Amino acid sequence: MFWLAPFLLFQLQQPLDIPDKNPHTTAADIEQGKRLYMGRCAGCHGPSGDGGKGANLAVPTLPRAAADRSLYRIIRYGIPDTEMPGSLMDAKELWQTAAFVHSLGQVPSAPITGNAQAGAQVFKSKGACLNCHALGNEGGRIGPSLSGIGARRGAAHLKAKIVNPAADVPDQFRLVQLTTKAGKTMRGIRLNEDTYSIQLRDFSGNPQSFWKADITQLTEEKKTNMPAYQGKLTDTELNDLVAFLANEKGAQ
Amino acid sequence: MRLALLLLSLPLLAQVTHQRLLNAEKEPGNWLTYSGNFSGHRFSPLKQITDQNVAKLTPAWVYQSNSLQKFETTPLVVDGVMYISEAPSHVTALDTRTGRVIWRYRRTLPDDVRVCCGQVNRGVAILGDLVYVGTVDAHLVALDSKTGAVRWDVTVADNKTGHSITVAPLAVKDKIIIGIAGGEYGIRGFLDAYDAKTGKLAWRFWTVPAAGEPEAKTWAGESYKRGSAATWVTGAYDPDTNLLYWGTGNPGPDWNGEVRAGDNLYSDCLIALDLDTGKLKWHFQFTPHDVHDWDATEVPVLINAEFRGQPRKLLLFPNRNAFYYVLDRVTGQFLLGKPYAKQTWAKGLDDSGRPIRLPGTFPTVEGTRVWPSVAGANNWYSPSYSPDTKHLYVATRESGAVYYFGNAEYKAGEQFNGGGFRSIPGEEEWGAIRAFKPTTGEVAWEYKLFTPPYSGVLSTAGNLVFGATAEGQMIALNATTGKLLWRFQGGGTVRSNPMSYQSDGKQYVAMTLGNSLYVFHLQP
Repeated sequence: MFWLAPFLLFQLQQPLDIPDKNPHTTAADIEQGKRLYMGRCAGCHGPSGDGGKGANLAVPTLPRAAADRSLYRIIRYGIPDTEMPGSLMDAKELWQTAAFVHSLGQVPSAPITGNAQAGAQVFKSKGACLNCHALGNEGGRIGPSLSGIGARRGAAHLKAKIVNPAADVPDQFRLVQLTTKAGKTMRGIRLNEDTYSIQLRDFSGNPQSFWKADITQLTEEKKTNMPAYQGKLTDTELNDLVAFLANEKGAQ
Repeated sequence: MRLALLLLSLPLLAQVTHQRLLNAEKEPGNWLTYSGNFSGHRFSPLKQITDQNVAKLTPAWVYQSNSLQKFETTPLVVDGVMYISEAPSHVTALDTRTGRVIWRYRRTLPDDVRVCCGQVNRGVAILGDLVYVGTVDAHLVALDSKTGAVRWDVTVADNKTGHSITVAPLAVKDKIIIGIAGGEYGIRGFLDAYDAKTGKLAWRFWTVPAAGEPEAKTWAGESYKRGSAATWVTGAYDPDTNLLYWGTGNPGPDWNGEVRAGDNLYSDCLIALDLDTGKLKWHFQFTPHDVHDWDATEVPVLINAEFRGQPRKLLLFPNRNAFYYVLDRVTGQFLLGKPYAKQTWAKGLDDSGRPIRLPGTFPTVEGTRVWPSVAGANNWYSPSYSPDTKHLYVATRESGAVYYFGNAEYKAGEQFNGGGFRSIPGEEEWGAIRAFKPTTGEVAWEYKLFTPPYSGVLSTAGNLVFGATAEGQMIALNATTGKLLWRFQGGGTVRSNPMSYQSDGKQYVAMTLGNSLYVFHLQP
């Protein structure tokens, strides 16, 4: 249950009536929207909206929010089964934030220079990404699935993550190491944990479960199992891989 | 036919008089009010299940709710019948031994019910031959305790403006006391008393002043008009002082204090009202000018104890703002206050109990990190006091939040928050069930929980404390030492309070875990 905290108290109600068009789009609205965005959104989507942990918003048309109304709804209610939370901002603030988000797409973002086709080869062969990551029905489950990763993460973030994975380790893929009373030592990715037990996936991909009462030592390693590709790929290979991943929009 | 036979085999349903409610401890097999007695103790004198045998506790029966909303009810038990509320505003009577349904009351609700935090209900009250329930569309309904038939149904307030009822009513003397929710909708808060027989309003105490009243000066301009101060958790009653003790909620809007400069009375207060007239005897405000949504809607616990050498009538209050308070419940005098969980917003309390705020703790557009979180160090779920161990047990949350400041434009029926919040990225939140020495606030023991809890505790004469984890386990601890003695995984996060009763000479412990009500007994 450790990932369910933010909306413990408030349940967001379905809207009564949302206009089709954003009613708050003046320069002053966009300016206020920017303040709101910087406080609440920039942490994941980046100060200029070109993505980070969150999706790239600096695009002319947002894939999930082509219409004003859908953008409003996403900011208000979040996107189920993703890290995108809802917000308790009032209607005007939601529209102002939406107006600023919309303005981000009017600015050209850093172009993706790599070759996606060549990147697909790097992904499968030299990068060996499928050893740990899934893409569609292929690949491993040690790391997060990369299906649709291009819709969720900006190119700059993808590149930074490949070069230096330790900088941002997702909560649901924490490395843990434990020693049992019987002297067995195990490392793996934490799948779930409560007061009395812990479930993890070992590096063979098998789920394992332990009672904490049977564990003598349990340590959370604040690092990632993903290798850093800095120096392992050429600049061209890196850019190609980023282009491939940025284009990976998943099944539509 | 089968149901008729079952009813015949039940003991004769006696009237639940005020005398019975006053002397609840004389019939420990029943659970007659939300907290088990008027003093808010949530203590069961039953001792068939003890620290010696609780390891053999096993489910006797399970009742599955059809609703996927949070299942927050505390069951009442009267002479072989259990009365529970279910989300959104239903009531079900069950046989205490078999879990079989005796009757159901199903309320039809409008499509667009306005309620901030789930269409939930925390329980019913019983008096005479009537069972009382508040509804999320802000009605108070009296049901025939034998059949579930509606005997009266009164409108407490208008749900279109965000008024709703989630609290378990309290039946005292000839009155039904009912609070209101809507603190996130800019309502004008109140506490109501209705004639138990007829449903006629006996009195209303407004928790937010009207124009010209002295308390209006504690609100800038006309901001009192959206003052909130809801009353959504069941309070306590002392027959000696004839006072009703009730907590009040956050001022509106929650996180934007700029539009309501001042102390904002009577938000975040404990109010003591004369039961017969509804007149205010005294009040104590825990968080003047609250900007973090720290409702003082916790269950007040009344005890008589020696305080600094003098016997006194005390009121214990582990507040959502992370301070533990002891008040004199006759006069409202502040006696003791100290932090009982991590807090970063106040340097401490002054001699009158008023917090000394630290700078830089108000919400901002950019976000401000403050401990405790919006959910607080404690919340609506119940503490417990054991007259045996003389400990106060509190399920405590250790977590902070990022608080945001935002617009606050009132529109009737829409949320009036003035900001928002989120959890602190990467924070390792946790929780604990703690036993406190009530007159000093010292911790006698602590039982750590992996996740901050959102459920209350019950202590029993079997030297036990029952509680739950947010991860779905119900647990039993030794009330003297805090040692874990039993646990059970119920399969869903727990948002409720445990209680205990006896039927056919057998003790049961009940609590909703996830969307089911679990009733445990000792393995036969």
